[in-house]
Amino acid sequence: MEWVESNYGESEKLIISVASGKGGTGKTTIAVNLALSLSDVQLLDCDVEEPNCHIFIKPVFESSHTVFIPVPAVNQNKCDGCGRCEEVCLYNAIAVVNKKVIIFPELCHGCGSCTYFCPHKAIEEEKKEIGVIEIGKNGETQFVQGKLNAGMMMSPPVIRAVKKHINKKKTVIIDAPPGTSCPVITAIKDTDFVILVTEPTPFGLNDLVLAAEVVRKMRLPFGVIINRSDLGNKKTDEYCARENISVLMKIPFSKKIAGIYSRGDLIIKALPEYRKEFLELFKKIEQVKINRG
Amino acid sequence: MKQIVIISGKGGTGKTVITGAFAALARDKVMADCDVDAADLHLILDPEIKESHIFKSGVTAFMHRELCEGCGVCKTVCRFDAVKKDFTIDPVSCEGCGFCSFACPQNAIEMKTNISGELFISDTRFGPLVHAKLCIAEENSGKLVSLVRQKAKEIAEEKNCKWVILDGSPGTGCPVIASITGVDCAVIVIEPTLSGLHDAKRVLDVTEHFKVPVKIIINKYDLNFDMTEKIENWFKDKNITILGKIIFDKEVVKSIVEGKTIIEYSNNQVAETLRTIWRLLEQELKVAD
Repeated sequence: MEWVESNYGESEKLIISVASGKGGTGKTTIAVNLALSLSDVQLLDCDVEEPNCHIFIKPVFESSHTVFIPVPAVNQNKCDGCGRCEEVCLYNAIAVVNKKVIIFPELCHGCGSCTYFCPHKAIEEEKKEIGVIEIGKNGETQFVQGKLNAGMMMSPPVIRAVKKHINKKKTVIIDAPPGTSCPVITAIKDTDFVILVTEPTPFGLNDLVLAAEVVRKMRLPFGVIINRSDLGNKKTDEYCARENISVLMKIPFSKKIAGIYSRGDLIIKALPEYRKEFLELFKKIEQVKINRG
Repeated sequence: MKQIVIISGKGGTGKTVITGAFAALARDKVMADCDVDAADLHLILDPEIKESHIFKSGVTAFMHRELCEGCGVCKTVCRFDAVKKDFTIDPVSCEGCGFCSFACPQNAIEMKTNISGELFISDTRFGPLVHAKLCIAEENSGKLVSLVRQKAKEIAEEKNCKWVILDGSPGTGCPVIASITGVDCAVIVIEPTLSGLHDAKRVLDVTEHFKVPVKIIINKYDLNFDMTEKIENWFKDKNITILGKIIFDKEVVKSIVEGKTIIEYSNNQVAETLRTIWRLLEQELKVAD
């Protein structure tokens, strides 16, 4: 069965997403340093719950727009309390009590079913603000980020809104959120290659195995970067060898790199020898795309 | 009984290591891993599973192709791009709203119940642990978190425990909200980096939104002293208690590799600081030992 269908047409350029099961393994570090090692590139921050790329990219923002999801609003004059809306809402976001419709907007996914099926056309959609998209650049690098508003549950609509800005004419790097559920799936869907960033600890490995299962289920090609590669044990290497997963890059722990990161600086600026490593990483990923035709 | 949750905003700041230490230090407690996406607490608590429950949640559309006449209504109504060109369903994109199924004139689309995960109640050397595993690429992690918390609370009430200690997940969205609502204290673990502070502020907006009391711990504070000072000042200005500052020590990684909490593994400065932090937390929440 085909799981994923590309929305972005026959782009010649690569769309690369950077993900991980475990948080704090170095996704953002890889995404920003890879992006700024390349030319003609667009960086998208799809970790909309905790977007951090801007700290390193230091973009000049040029525009922004609000992300809304549609939630139903009932026109009581037209409603006769028939209950059809309650029937078709599988999220239990609508209850009809004594012929009166009660809506729970925080449970609504904005599918539009209630509006469509209301026999009296009594339901209209209101816009509920859930986040913001900000667009900017640093030199030639285009940058787009999404931010989920505090207290909002659903990040996927904001992630989808970021991905609407994908520029097919450029190489696209996507910084994905951690985890293994809907937010990360939304972020890596339809990308050409997934970089899974891990650390060689039991926590890192446990979550890498889960993330690799997700990526395999979505039938996306992927490889692994082992960050802080000297802090832990050999089991991550053994796992990758056993599973035939290519280890694209290893970055040993250094207090220097930790310091560079903590100040919001780029590794490729502070330690220019790393630029070559990121360019090689990109070449390896390009090769995978060529090999797959 | 007090419920505390360990969160961070940013991932990888040390939530699970600290939760593990609290598990070793607290008396009369139930632990729960609310990071159902990428659960790790079991790796240092070595649970023996006593009970497991299948977690069913939501539905996914399934197209019976033999009934489909290709009218395309399903594709028109779906707002989640889950209906493909050949009118089969991409289950990863499907949000389970059922719109296509209700709209299909041929009744060709069935909404099938998802098995979204599994919930476990286990024994550990420190007491009961409630944990869960979300199935690969499943959603509704918030609901599973709520279920984990409900079970943990039930056990704590039944055994008359003093504490429910919850290991949270990174981020600010659905699973985090499910893990913080109604707790007595959320402990935010912050690393001294610009990203760490940025993300802690964002998660603080969420705890304030839900009126959850907050205290903070700065972890690996010696990796950037300036940043640590900046974080301390920022939270002092907000009148938020800083429970303590923990140094960076490679011994912590070794303890994880050994499958132990840092309290069991070592008597180093990290373990000592965590003991002090725990005593302070007991005092602040007025729990007598």
